[in-house]
Amino acid sequence: MTENVDQSKRSMLLAATAAAGGVAAAGAGVPFVMSLMPSERAKAAGAPVEVDISAIEPGTMISVEWQGKPVWIVRRTPEMLELLAKHDGDLADPSSSVPQQPEYCNNQTRSIKPEVLVVLGVCTHLGCSPTFRPEVSPADLGANWAGGWFCPCHGSRFDLAARVFKGVPAPTNLIIPPHKYLSETKLLIGDDSTKGAA
Amino acid sequence: MMNLLTKLLGWIDERFPLTSTWKAHASEYYAPKNFNFWYFFGGLALLVLVIQIVSGIFLTMNYKPDALFAFASVEYIMRDVQLGWILRNIHSTGASMFFIVIYLHMFRGLMYGSYRKPRELLWIIGMIIYLALMGEAFMGYLLPWGQMSFWGAQVIVNLFSSVPFVGPDLAILIRGDFVVSDITLNRFFALHVVAIPLILVLIIVAHLVALHEVGSNNPDGIEIKKNKGPDGHPLDGIPFFPYMVVKDAVAAVAFLIVFVTVVFFAPDMGGYFLEYNNFVPANPMKTPEHIAPVWYFTPYYAILRAVPPLFGSQFPGVVAMGVATVIFFALPWLDRGQVKSIRYRGPIYKAFLASFVVSFVGLGYLGLMPATELYTWISRVLAVVYFAFFFLMPWYTKIDKCKPEPDRVTSK
Repeated sequence: MTENVDQSKRSMLLAATAAAGGVAAAGAGVPFVMSLMPSERAKAAGAPVEVDISAIEPGTMISVEWQGKPVWIVRRTPEMLELLAKHDGDLADPSSSVPQQPEYCNNQTRSIKPEVLVVLGVCTHLGCSPTFRPEVSPADLGANWAGGWFCPCHGSRFDLAARVFKGVPAPTNLIIPPHKYLSETKLLIGDDSTKGAA
Repeated sequence: MMNLLTKLLGWIDERFPLTSTWKAHASEYYAPKNFNFWYFFGGLALLVLVIQIVSGIFLTMNYKPDALFAFASVEYIMRDVQLGWILRNIHSTGASMFFIVIYLHMFRGLMYGSYRKPRELLWIIGMIIYLALMGEAFMGYLLPWGQMSFWGAQVIVNLFSSVPFVGPDLAILIRGDFVVSDITLNRFFALHVVAIPLILVLIIVAHLVALHEVGSNNPDGIEIKKNKGPDGHPLDGIPFFPYMVVKDAVAAVAFLIVFVTVVFFAPDMGGYFLEYNNFVPANPMKTPEHIAPVWYFTPYYAILRAVPPLFGSQFPGVVAMGVATVIFFALPWLDRGQVKSIRYRGPIYKAFLASFVVSFVGLGYLGLMPATELYTWISRVLAVVYFAFFFLMPWYTKIDKCKPEPDRVTSK
């Protein structure tokens, strides 16, 4: 019996069967793995958000939800913008060399219009949402504080252009999400394509 | 490399019976070499169990067991979860396929006398699996919270309230409420997803352990252990691994082709696998015009409807239905035949088995139909045939003229 076995044919058939079975198993796994990815509902929650910024007073901030995360929009005063240039030496990445912002926001104010800052309110350390502290030199943050954000979780500090200070746990500046102006007072967050309005 | 693996295996074997278990249940478990088509369905049942458990786990990740959200969450799975419709169709098709496979597996047992000594306990464990499966299917059917889910559960739970004295309280205990409600849905979810699957897996293991203890029956109904070679292995047996595994793999491929064809092209199977009324959210204020259980319960449902109320109570019908399901437990002791397999049985047993199949299929069909007077009478006749198969068995198997059994298994 054994001497009549064509071993090479047998191993070829074995390999072919294993390959066909492997392909079938991989195919069968597709719907299971796909079902773990964000559903259409989750994707819809990630759609761009339209915001009317006309009602934001100078020096104040509003917070809107985009993809389930807070996005802050601040209308900075001329005094705030002036202070931004004065503490580059204390910042970890003053010129925003780490790509935490779209190209069109890679400037001194990290924004399209100098006074309006749009930033993702999620700390780059471990994901807490920092607290807005626009006042200058408050007792708890020290005399050098020129306004910005303070993360209550681990004490990270960011200035009013959402740039991180040296010596705090957060490694990089806060993320500037893609956004564009639909009109003078209407912002679209989550979409910066130039091909028409979404 | 091989040397390292051998060492690792030796290390494990000193601490865990890996090699000996593998030998006892696979590479040196000898199965009769004359297995035929009917012997595919045990392995296929195991395959469907795995399919149901895996697809069920993934459905649970998106399903919400709450009367307010359940229906919408199933729609969410069908529409919004990526390829979720495939998972849902796999699970609903799997439920019906499970019963098709199990019914064929049980019919195989009837044909070849697989329940006879020494396999009585194997048969009883199998029957427990069957009952657990019915509970699993019934509770799972409530979860989509459609009209048929709701009213099907309403009717079945109300069967229990016909039990004398304790019935109404029993029904309330099952529902946890005075009607089928969110509370019922929540507990059925727990039982469907955790309790019964755990029990099922445990008793299926027991079924296999019992099978491997007594050895498989075969189409000739004779014991292959009676003829052993000098090596102590049955002369008519071949190792389960690799021979039977390869054979079963071919069956699995053929079965899966049918399975996925249903999943992709006819997931509702014309209203038999998924009833149309179940695509309407449950409404406790309005019963659908025609309600029928899913096809795998309809033989028993037809028996329930066939029995007229006696002494002003539905209870006799419920008893008849219950007896029709559990009567299988008694088979090993009802059968007095000289031989096990239908191949060597006389014409009387063959006629009774054939009429039993006709009654089972016929009742299944009638259970799907609205209860007209004619249909009810046909159901009554078929129910009598159904019970005659069991209750007359001690008599007709004894007087039946059997042919002599061969000494060794036969193959065509």
